[in-house]
Amino acid sequence: MSQALLSIENLSVRFKTYAGTIHAVNSMSFDVRPGEIFGLVGESGCGKSVTGLAVVRTLPGSGRISGGRILFHGEDLAAKSEAEMQAIRGRRIAMVFQDPTASLNPVFTIGQQIDHIIRHHTGDNHETARRKALEWFNAVALPDPQAVYDTYPHRLSGGMQQRVMIAMALCSGAELLIADEPTTALDVTIQAQILELLVKLRDQQGISILLITHNLGVVAETCERVAVAYAGQIVETGPTSAVLARRLHPYTEGLLAALPTAVQKGQTLQPIAGQVPDGLQPIAGCPFHPRCSKALPVCAQVNPALLPVEHADHLTACHLYTEAAA
Amino acid sequence: MSEPLLIETRNLCKHFSAGGWLGGGKRVVRALDNVNLSIQRQETLGVVGESGCGKTTLGRVLLRLIEPTAGQILFEGRDIVPLKGEDLRRQARDMQIVFQNPYSSFDPRFSVRMSLAEPLQTHQGLQGAALEERASELLTQVGMPVDTLSRYPHEFSGGQLQRIAVARALALNPKFIVLDEPTSALDVSVQAQILNLLQDLQQRLNLTYLFISHDLSVVEYISSRIAVMYLGKVVELLPTALVSAGQAQHPYTQALLSAIPEVSAERRHKRTLLPKSVFEGKAQTGGCSFAPRCPFAMDVCRTVEPPLLELEAGHLSACHLANEME
Repeated sequence: MSQALLSIENLSVRFKTYAGTIHAVNSMSFDVRPGEIFGLVGESGCGKSVTGLAVVRTLPGSGRISGGRILFHGEDLAAKSEAEMQAIRGRRIAMVFQDPTASLNPVFTIGQQIDHIIRHHTGDNHETARRKALEWFNAVALPDPQAVYDTYPHRLSGGMQQRVMIAMALCSGAELLIADEPTTALDVTIQAQILELLVKLRDQQGISILLITHNLGVVAETCERVAVAYAGQIVETGPTSAVLARRLHPYTEGLLAALPTAVQKGQTLQPIAGQVPDGLQPIAGCPFHPRCSKALPVCAQVNPALLPVEHADHLTACHLYTEAAA
Repeated sequence: MSEPLLIETRNLCKHFSAGGWLGGGKRVVRALDNVNLSIQRQETLGVVGESGCGKTTLGRVLLRLIEPTAGQILFEGRDIVPLKGEDLRRQARDMQIVFQNPYSSFDPRFSVRMSLAEPLQTHQGLQGAALEERASELLTQVGMPVDTLSRYPHEFSGGQLQRIAVARALALNPKFIVLDEPTSALDVSVQAQILNLLQDLQQRLNLTYLFISHDLSVVEYISSRIAVMYLGKVVELLPTALVSAGQAQHPYTQALLSAIPEVSAERRHKRTLLPKSVFEGKAQTGGCSFAPRCPFAMDVCRTVEPPLLELEAGHLSACHLANEME
C-alpha cells in the first residue's frame, strides 16, 4: 500500500531471558496513513508498546527485531544503522510515554531540557530555540509559557508535564508521533484535555499519530482506524466505527463484552476465560484459540491470516470467516 | 432511611501539614474536610474523584489506618475513634482492605500460606490442620486452586494475586471491606472476573463495601450509591440510578461523567472540558472549592461555601446552583 506513512510488515520481536525466548511481537502488520490517528489497542503483554519501541529502534535489553520490515516513507527502519536512526528519531518520528514524571529530568528546568533538544536537532542558537519552545508551549495550550520554561518539572501537574512532553516531542518537526498510553497516568478530566490536544495538533500541524492504548473508549473517541493486538499479532483492523460495531474477531467481541458498561446493572460481567499467554511457549494455530468460545478444530493447527471481510479496509485473522466461505 | 447503618461518619476531618522544608511555607492540606457519610449494611458505596480528592484517605481513616484529625466514626453505632489496644484490635477484625497494586501488598518472601496464616494465627489462634483447612477454604472461595498455598507472589498474574488479596481480606470474616481501586491495575477482561467475584462474595457473605475508584464506569456498575469527592469534601451523594439517568446535579459530577471516553455512541455525553487541574484551581479561601474550574460559577460561589443539602430523598449536593433552581 503506497498511501501509508508507516507500514509495519510481518514484524517480529524477540527477547532473550533466563526463562527462554519471549516472542513479544509475532508477525505483526498494520499501517498508519498520513494525517490520521491510528489506535493500537490490546491488553498487557500483547506487544503494543514493544511495537512502538521497535519503530524508533529503542528496544530495551535483549530485545531484537527478528523479522519483518518497518517502512517509513517506503524506507525500512529495521535495516537502518544507529547513525541513520539518529537522524530520524526525534526529528521525523517522536515518542511520548505514559509517565511524564519519569520522562523529564528533575534536576534541569523545563527550558534547559527543551532547549537542548531543539539545538541538537536544528543547530539553532539559544535565543531562536527559546522562541520556538515558547511557540510550542503555546501550541500545546500551556498557560503562561514563560513561567513553564523557567520552572522545574516537579512544579507542574501531570497534565501540564504531559503537555510539555508533547511539545518536546514535536518541536523538531516530527511528522509521526508515537503516543504510548499518553493519558493512562492522568485523571479523566485531564485525559479529555490531552486527547483533545492531540486531535487539535493533528488538525493544525498535519502530523500523524500512532496511539497505543488499552482503553477502547479512548480509541472510539479519537482514532479513525484501529488495530486490535493479541499475543503479538493483529487480530482485527479497520475503521474504528466498523471494528467496534461489527467485532469480527471473537477477541474484539470479548474485550468489548467485558466492559462494565456492556451489561445492565446487576447482571454478571462476561470476562474472557483463561489468561493472556506469556509468550514463552509459541501457541500452535491461532494464539487466541485456547480462550475462544467459537474455536474450530482447524484453529488449533493453522494460524489464520489477516484477510479482508465484507470490506477491503476491514481485516480480521479468524478461521470463522474463511471456513464459512470455503 | 430505615435500614440499620453499619458505618456513619460525623464531621470527619484529616489534615496533613505539608511543606516547611527547605524554606517552603508550611501549609495544611485538608484531605478530609467535614465528611458526613453513612453506609448501610450490605450496600456498596462508591467513592469517586480525581487524584488528591481524599478518597484513599477516607478509606484508610475509616479503618483507623490513618488517625483522623477530628470527628467521629460510628461502627454499628459505636464511635471507634477513641478505641485503643485490645479494643482496636478486636474492632479491626470487622474491617478489612484490598489495595490497588497486589504486587506491593504482599511480602515477596512470604508464601501465600504465610500471608493467609498470619491473621488467622494472630486473631483466632488457629494452628496446624485447622489453619491449613481454613486457608484452603479461603482460596476456594475466591476461585484459586489449593496448591496456591505453597507458592510465592511473583508466580502469579495481577488478577490471580488480587484474588488472593481478597481471600486474605476475608480471613477474619469481616463485615466491612474497603476496596481501594481493586481493579485499576488490571486488564478489562480480568477486571470483569474480579468485579464478578466481589459481587458474588458480597451476596454470599453479606459484606458491606466501600468501593474507591477514579473510574466512574466501574463505580456505576458495582455501587448502589455514589459519593463524589472534590478536594476533601463530598460534593454530591446520590443513588447510582440517578447517575445513569443523567440526573447528577453538581457541575463537577457532570464534568467527570462527560470526560469518560465511551465506546458506545449512545452513552457518550456532551463533553464539558474543565479548565486547569485540581491543584492549579485551588488558590482561594472561602467559597466553593470547585468554583475556579466551574463553568457555571457565580459571584456567590467565590465567597460562600455551599452546604451539602438534600435535593430529594437520598440525593445530596453541595452547590449554589441547586438552591437557585428552587
